[in-house]
Amino acid sequence: MALYLLYTLVPLVWLIINATKTQPALFSTSGLSFGDSFALFDNIGKTFGYNDGIFFRWLGNTLLYVVVGAGGATILATAAGYGLAKYRFPGRRGVFAVVLGAVAVPPTALAVPTFLMFSKLGLTNTPLAVIIPSLISPFGLYLIWVYAADAIPDELLEAARIDGAGELRIFLTVTLRQLVPGIITVTLFTMVQTWNNYFLPLIMLSEPKWYPLTVGLNQWSAQANGAGAQPIFNLVLTGSLLTIIPLVVAFLLMQRFWQSGLSAGSVKQ
Amino acid sequence: MTSTAAPPVPVPARRAPAARRPRRKWRGWLFVAPFMLVFALTFIAPVVYAFVLSLFRDQAFFGGTVFVGADNYVQVFGDPKFWEAFRRVLVFLAVQVPIMLVLALIAALAIDSARLHAAGFFRIVIFLPYAVPAVVAALMWGFIYGDHFGLAADLNHLLGTDSVKPLSQNWLLTSIGNIVTWEFVGYNMLIFYSALKVIPKELFEAAAIDGAGTFRTILSVKLPAIRGAIVVATIFSIIGSFQLFNEPNIMRNLVPNMIVTNYTPNMYAYNLSFNGQQYNYSAAVAIVMGVITAVIAYVVQLRGSRKEM
Repeated sequence: MALYLLYTLVPLVWLIINATKTQPALFSTSGLSFGDSFALFDNIGKTFGYNDGIFFRWLGNTLLYVVVGAGGATILATAAGYGLAKYRFPGRRGVFAVVLGAVAVPPTALAVPTFLMFSKLGLTNTPLAVIIPSLISPFGLYLIWVYAADAIPDELLEAARIDGAGELRIFLTVTLRQLVPGIITVTLFTMVQTWNNYFLPLIMLSEPKWYPLTVGLNQWSAQANGAGAQPIFNLVLTGSLLTIIPLVVAFLLMQRFWQSGLSAGSVKQ
Repeated sequence: MTSTAAPPVPVPARRAPAARRPRRKWRGWLFVAPFMLVFALTFIAPVVYAFVLSLFRDQAFFGGTVFVGADNYVQVFGDPKFWEAFRRVLVFLAVQVPIMLVLALIAALAIDSARLHAAGFFRIVIFLPYAVPAVVAALMWGFIYGDHFGLAADLNHLLGTDSVKPLSQNWLLTSIGNIVTWEFVGYNMLIFYSALKVIPKELFEAAAIDGAGTFRTILSVKLPAIRGAIVVATIFSIIGSFQLFNEPNIMRNLVPNMIVTNYTPNMYAYNLSFNGQQYNYSAAVAIVMGVITAVIAYVVQLRGSRKEM
């Protein structure tokens, strides 16, 4: 186990160490030792300053895609998962079959046709092209559905109905509270998916001003490695580190919630 | 297909008891309809559109598109570039997925057995790479593999050789496999771990009474109990392997000559559309890959659940 821990951590430690080095020190010192000077803050400044602050713009874009895309995905999945778990309605089996089938369809396989369709609709190269496909999370729906089936007793809903509450009101005031661990779990996973998404924005966007961090970073990397390259390896490394930090922090802060959400979800398996 | 997504949207009824019954039946759609609407736009419509596209072909010199029926599919099946890519991901799948899943299983069992100290710490650290974007993981490992300022150079220096060359032709696929393993062991470990956690305790007591040791308990109680989770993880991993794109595409920056445009089927489909403008043929390639993936995932699921009986 200790060996595996090392394997997991060494690349991350390597990244942190090397983000503190200046461009020349990267080439002159060994990978796992610090350079002569501590240039982390200088690197961070340069990362944000490079190319008129485009990195800042990418960070903003990523946040926009995550808040609207992952947030919307969580809302849609929560409502639909709850609906499937607690209501019997015509077409329910159909919904179930289609959505479970969709879990098996990988997002990347859909990306090219979605691009073609969106370009017909004039949506490519706009933020909507990234946001709309991010709104659907079949995995999130599945998780909430299994979770709601367990966490919300039918008697609770019946009691609320007898008290005269409408379905929407029951959902907003009674159900949501019960679903919190499940919702946090889904939020974290849709957030990671949107934050880390690369393929979809890569094909949908052609203007760097709409790029998220992932696509932008790879463009920098291409620039650092290409012919007649501008050596901005230190910016690629520091940018990479800055891209990881928010997610790692989110996972660490919310670990108790999402882990209990996951294990509750697996009861039914 | 699309019509299933636009059901008669119900009005939540709270009027006369007589009117309540039939309307009540449809209430569930109130919650499911928004999801299904977006779903139709982002899942169903693109699949249908891709299928339609795949039946046509661009007439490069005459302009316009013509209906060619199954011609594009016939071409895919005879396309050596496609099959080269396909064989590559098949090899990748056969080697990388078992290694990754066994590592994840060992980690999950170790963390689940009460003997490990600081299990929570191990769990979160091993899971951590999942939060790292594939782009960053590939960039990072790409640097580590490199002999400029990576660890490969340090290792060679240390051993006094120059035999550690993760970016050479012979090792490239293995190196990519290593990145993918690094990224996803933790994710799969979590799937296994959460399944292990809900095994009824009576089963362990029964096994102990029957005199089962640690390994016997793992083999006869724990593994059968989490078969469902293992099948799910296997299916996700198979899908992931067939769709391999991000890591090799990003590493192309480092070794552009070795990672060809048809390195994986997905890269082939991508490059056909975006560098070759062959949208119709690309759609056919994507559909063929999608169908192959779905069939294999289905077979794995069938086999997985049959053993249960």
